Amino acid sequence: MNTTESIAYEDQKQYIELVSRGEWTLETVPQIEKVLQRLSFDKKIIWDVSEVKSFDSAGILLFIEYYESFKQSTTVEVIGYTKDQKEMYDLLKESTKGVIPQRKEGFLENLGKSALQLYNDFKDFVAFLGQLFVTLFHAVLKPKNIRFKEIVYHINHSGFNALVIIGLTSFLVGMVIAYQGSVQLAKFGADIFIVDTVSISMVRELGPMMTAIVIAGRSGSAYTAEIGAMKITEEIAAMQTMGFNPYYFLVLPRIFALVIAVPLLIFFSDLLGILGGMVASDMQLGISFSQFIDRLYEVLEVKHYILGMIKGPVFGFVIAAVGCFRGLQVSDNTESIGLHTTASVVNSIFLVIAFDALFSVIYTEFDV
Amino acid sequence: MRVQKIFGSATVIEAKDIVTRFGERIIHDGVSLHVDKNEIYGILGESGAGKSVLMKEMIMLLEPNAGEMTVLGHKLKGIGFKEAQDLRREWGVLFQFGALYSSMTIAENIEVQLKEYTNISKEMRDKLIRSKIDLVGLGSYVGALYPSELSGGMIKRAALARALVMEPKLLFLDEPTSGLDPIGARNFDKLIVDLRDMLGITVVMITHDLDSIFSIVDRMAILADKHVVAEGSLKNVLQSQHPFVEEFFKNEYTKHKYLDKLEANKVEHV
Repeated sequence: MNTTESIAYEDQKQYIELVSRGEWTLETVPQIEKVLQRLSFDKKIIWDVSEVKSFDSAGILLFIEYYESFKQSTTVEVIGYTKDQKEMYDLLKESTKGVIPQRKEGFLENLGKSALQLYNDFKDFVAFLGQLFVTLFHAVLKPKNIRFKEIVYHINHSGFNALVIIGLTSFLVGMVIAYQGSVQLAKFGADIFIVDTVSISMVRELGPMMTAIVIAGRSGSAYTAEIGAMKITEEIAAMQTMGFNPYYFLVLPRIFALVIAVPLLIFFSDLLGILGGMVASDMQLGISFSQFIDRLYEVLEVKHYILGMIKGPVFGFVIAAVGCFRGLQVSDNTESIGLHTTASVVNSIFLVIAFDALFSVIYTEFDV
Repeated sequence: MRVQKIFGSATVIEAKDIVTRFGERIIHDGVSLHVDKNEIYGILGESGAGKSVLMKEMIMLLEPNAGEMTVLGHKLKGIGFKEAQDLRREWGVLFQFGALYSSMTIAENIEVQLKEYTNISKEMRDKLIRSKIDLVGLGSYVGALYPSELSGGMIKRAALARALVMEPKLLFLDEPTSGLDPIGARNFDKLIVDLRDMLGITVVMITHDLDSIFSIVDRMAILADKHVVAEGSLKNVLQSQHPFVEEFFKNEYTKHKYLDKLEANKVEHV
């Protein structure tokens, strides 16, 4: 018989002598299991465990498994166990009987769940908007109660602090349009039309759009995360028990802030975009700044500016509303903050583009 | 034969002149204590006395500004990566609010270390998981649930199951019975004693639970005024004249509920 292995056996004519030795712990269990798997006996077994030096519950569980399985085919007598081993054996004997149910989800089930989720989200969003307008109505009746300090705080955070990134993106977009356009226009010798291209597209479409996308990514997500975190720490529940309406304290200030800040940011974006176009036109087509500005006076009517600007408050409202709505949807685990923040950004960018399309249709219908 | 879980010496944790500062604020100003093998050691003190900070220093989440911390024979100051990883496998930690991974089911939470650190077969892993879930007194159906679907008490138990899965020699518990109902709390205490007796583990726990302190804690350290103001068995600690000890242990409530019984027991033994 091998005397160093953790498990060994010897055929003693009338019975099999099975000996456990050394360590029966988490580290050694895989090796011991490999040996045990190969064994099967048809005679009585005497299992001597007196040489086991240390054990833990993994070792005992392994013992239980094979003790039970040997018992199926023959009689097993265990000798040399200690009081501790017996105690742990008794404790663990029944412990693995439970069955952990499987969480299986089929394709159809998932599809159904997603569809239902979409429907429920839509319903909840309508309910959210209803609640929001009720609160807004109250706020308008008693403007003294509006949290002006909060609004200013959010204008600073979501608006003022976004100036640099919005300015930079708009400048680059203006440059790109001028570069791309100049190649085509130069073919016709219509160089000066670059001013029309850059200024009108920037002011009517790209300024509002760039601003909205940056704000959705920057502030919409922040609103969701902030409100979601407050939901998890039960701060919102605490507010409700104190009689503070979260719509009043959390949602309205953010909505007001973006409705005010986004048009201002669009104006800034228009300026920087046109500046970018101006720089690129100068470099690419040799149109000087004064030529560019002269042409700008002729082609950029105020109506373009106003049509672009009208989109501002709408985009601001959409982004803030979706951000706050998704934040309030967060349930009580940390993972759901991430999921809802993603959903918030995706939804608000989609809605911004959808509204932009709607505006285009309306503008075309009215022929402006 | 007793279960042999040999650490080399009888002292499992030794803290020597630990100094901790957060900016200007001094949390510990020369804290020293030692935890012996196989005992249930309580860390007590009022809120803000730095109990959790001290525990975090023991489990290498924080580093003290000065002083020496030795855990299971390893000096924590300047410990190498490999040594630290090995040491981390020797202990289990139960955080105050469970700290279960929210993206995994309870069964997956318990399994994750087995999967990463051992090559135990899938069937055996399942067995160990079911056994641990059973051991902490949960129904096996809990294994399929996510932490967000459990109550606070169940989360604690599930987190204990996770802390035990690597068969640790040393178990850290941060307020294990807080947030449990009284019956659940006593069962938890009993479970800890059973585990200690059977597995020969050492338990370090932060607690405010008088029942635990009077029934299961073998030795304890009282943290107050940036120092350990009393250390030792309940009897030793009760001799301290420190205001916190006076207030915590010798008020009307504890006198009536615990101390009188302690006296009565003594008389019986004589």
